[in-house]
Amino acid sequence: MQDTRPTATADKAITDTALKAEKISVYYGSNLAVKDVFLDIPRNEIVAFIGPSGCGKSTVLRCFNRMNDLIPSARVDGNILFDGENIKRLDPVELRRRVGMVFQKPNPFPKSIYENIAFGARINGYQGDMDELVERSLKGAALWDEVKDKLQESGLGLSGGQQQRLCIARAIAIEPEVILMDEPCSALDPISTLKVEELMHDLKTQYTIVIVTHNMQQASRVSDKTAFFNAQATEAGGKMGYLVEYDATETIFSNPQEEYTRDYVSGRFG
Amino acid sequence: MTAQEIQAKEATAGKFKQDLSGRYNLDKIFAAAAWTATVVSVVVLAWLLLTILMDGLETLNFNFLNSFPSRKAEEAGIRAAFFGTLWVMMTVAAVSFPIGVGAAIYLEEFASDNWFTRLVEINIGNLAGVPSIIYGLLGLAVFVRVLEPLTGGRSVLSGGLTLALLILPVIIVATREALRAVPNSMRLAGFALGANKWQVVWHHVLPSAMPGVLTGVILALSRAIGETAPLLAIGAVAFIRSTPDSLQSAFTAMPIQIYNWVGRPQEEFHHIAASGIIVLMVMLLLMNTIAIYFRNRFQQTR
Amino acid sequence: MTAEIPIDNIAPGTWRPNRDRAQMIQLIIKIICGAFAAISIFTTIGIIGTLIFEAFAFFGDLPRELSQDGDNVSYVQGVIHFLTAGRWTPLFASKQFGIFVLISATLMITFISILVALPLGLLAAVCLSEYASPKVRRILKPVLEILAGVPTVVYGYFALLTVTPFLQSFLPPVEGFNSLSAGIVLGIMITPMVASLSEDAIYSVPQSLRDGSYALGATRRETVWSVVLPAALSGIVSSLILATSRSVGETMIVTLAAGSNPTLGFNPFVPVMTMTAYIVQVTKGDAPHGTIAYETLYAVGITLFLITLALNVFSFWFVRRFRQKYE
Repeated sequence: MQDTRPTATADKAITDTALKAEKISVYYGSNLAVKDVFLDIPRNEIVAFIGPSGCGKSTVLRCFNRMNDLIPSARVDGNILFDGENIKRLDPVELRRRVGMVFQKPNPFPKSIYENIAFGARINGYQGDMDELVERSLKGAALWDEVKDKLQESGLGLSGGQQQRLCIARAIAIEPEVILMDEPCSALDPISTLKVEELMHDLKTQYTIVIVTHNMQQASRVSDKTAFFNAQATEAGGKMGYLVEYDATETIFSNPQEEYTRDYVSGRFG
Repeated sequence: MTAQEIQAKEATAGKFKQDLSGRYNLDKIFAAAAWTATVVSVVVLAWLLLTILMDGLETLNFNFLNSFPSRKAEEAGIRAAFFGTLWVMMTVAAVSFPIGVGAAIYLEEFASDNWFTRLVEINIGNLAGVPSIIYGLLGLAVFVRVLEPLTGGRSVLSGGLTLALLILPVIIVATREALRAVPNSMRLAGFALGANKWQVVWHHVLPSAMPGVLTGVILALSRAIGETAPLLAIGAVAFIRSTPDSLQSAFTAMPIQIYNWVGRPQEEFHHIAASGIIVLMVMLLLMNTIAIYFRNRFQQTR
Repeated sequence: MTAEIPIDNIAPGTWRPNRDRAQMIQLIIKIICGAFAAISIFTTIGIIGTLIFEAFAFFGDLPRELSQDGDNVSYVQGVIHFLTAGRWTPLFASKQFGIFVLISATLMITFISILVALPLGLLAAVCLSEYASPKVRRILKPVLEILAGVPTVVYGYFALLTVTPFLQSFLPPVEGFNSLSAGIVLGIMITPMVASLSEDAIYSVPQSLRDGSYALGATRRETVWSVVLPAALSGIVSSLILATSRSVGETMIVTLAAGSNPTLGFNPFVPVMTMTAYIVQVTKGDAPHGTIAYETLYAVGITLFLITLALNVFSFWFVRRFRQKYE
């Protein structure tokens, strides 16, 4: 796979950090949903966001590719740097090509398997051989053998696990640098989940991955670093999320610093 | 980093030839087209209303409202048509309201899922798509000819019955929606107290749904008031120089009169046609305002 | 003390429910309401029955009308004549009954109206669901509803007295009665229908599909054009079919603006006569019952009915067959 990362310029060293969140707070209308998150996502590693529901993990994830911009009432304070550049000053359409996303519920387009993958490539101006790109992407998502004879069939005809891998193939077809995964396995059966987790290990060599997951075992199996989020109740009756602890996965699960973290990973709550 | 700089960067790397400005331009064109289409609709409506007002306001005076049709435009008026419309609409309301609401109550509260119910539902769906002039042909054959002893031929009653049949599907559908919106907990509470189905419907469901039902009925009536084709088909003529005095009287109606005047070659008749349209639109405005009032009432009690 | 308690004494004094009477009332009401519901069936039977009855009378009398100089025309030949003759002159001395003359006018005007309503309605639907803010939508949707509520005779006035002169000012070949005006105004009239039904179809496309498209770096136009509209296609096509059916059955606009000159052809600048306009012409003239003229009413009527029925059924079938399953 061709390396499409921008070459280093003199005044910008190749950092090990792909994404950097600086004091990120997210408001929906006047409700503060997430407060003051600081995170560094290292390149070519898998970072997991864990925590009870409602604590803002997906909200933070969606900041990285500016998907929150699509929600009219959402406002993001703070800065996110992608390869050292503030994403607010990047073009969002181009950003989303370089920072891909896989959603919780597989959402293939109601088109053929081939078209699902070709669509993203086409609108981003892909110049090469489309057939080859489709094959390469499907192989990269460990789906090629299962669908190579039925590329013209509808993507919706696949099983849940296959659909999710199709979504992953679709995302990697446009050669992103980062892949964001929002609970990618929560709608899948255990066998498909396993396949996707194996896939993540392979993808790690070429992409940086950030995964939100409800499943602590999955986080401990798959990730290199883990960020634990928690929520506290607001006076308005809602929940406000914040980052409790962020460390190597080993540390988080065997020797966490914070008490909340300890309680969560030992199953005391959540 | 601007779009241009990213473009330059990407042009050297990878095989993705990004043409961001081109894509954004197409976006702007598409958005402009979508907005234009919407604005065109508004503009045409405004053009229509302005034309009518400019053409008809002058000749809209008390004389016009109080005169009968005449061969001379200056003396012609809408009186016969106005009262004809009133008589017909009252007939339509009196017939279609109980039948429509009753049918809807049956379908929504009493019917079980059998062949009869399904047949009725298919029928209602079908009838809603039948052109209005076909209803006129039905009215002509059945109400004007076959039932002439009862209806008096081309009478207010025939016209009212024809229009009632036309708007019946609309009323049934609207009433069913209103009934469906009543929470089931209300029915269950009634049953739990030992009431039978009809008692629950009559005392609880129907009163609760009534504003919604009235909205639907008034909107259906506002459709009927503007219908010309069915009345033309049953033979309502425009040169009637009296107001109806019974259900069996011959009649004319506002849309018929307007149609007649518009079709005349003399320009004076076009002016009074516009005046007639203004009167008709005012009536429609009134009816729709009442309907919206009821709809708000309905949504408040939810 | 072990005697059975008689029913009457279960509720002595204060409680005397008269359940039998209540049940009787309910039964009566149920029967009445059921009869009301059955009226819809009778209406359909009435329509179909009347049309078939009189149409049969027409085809029965047709051979007699057509046979000149003593040579007998058969029933089948009559039907063929009806379907293929090139002139429609049932009220003239030499009678011809080619229904296609009327159908061609209806088709042409309907075609023009769809040419207007498809872009206007679909783009307006896209604008309302994808581009407009909730505030703007709250103003624009009622405007579309008003457009839909204007009586067709008012549109007829507009077509004849405003649009035709307007067209004539820059298109010389347009005559006083023509199908272009009628078609354009008819298109405006059905635009709200197309817009509203298409908007429903677009609205039912799940947000997750749009999210998936945006996440790939697509612009809004690319998402709408390549993902949302194809997904909503079955609903949009169905709305067009229903709008076509409405156009075909429309009477007042075409009667006032398109004229009453039955000519076979597809020239939009000259007067024509649609099926509905013919029906109006005959009923205005008070053709006596039993004459061939009266019967042509129903021959045309049944043709009109069958065409709109076919369109409505097709639209329903189309949605069932092609509705996109997103799960």
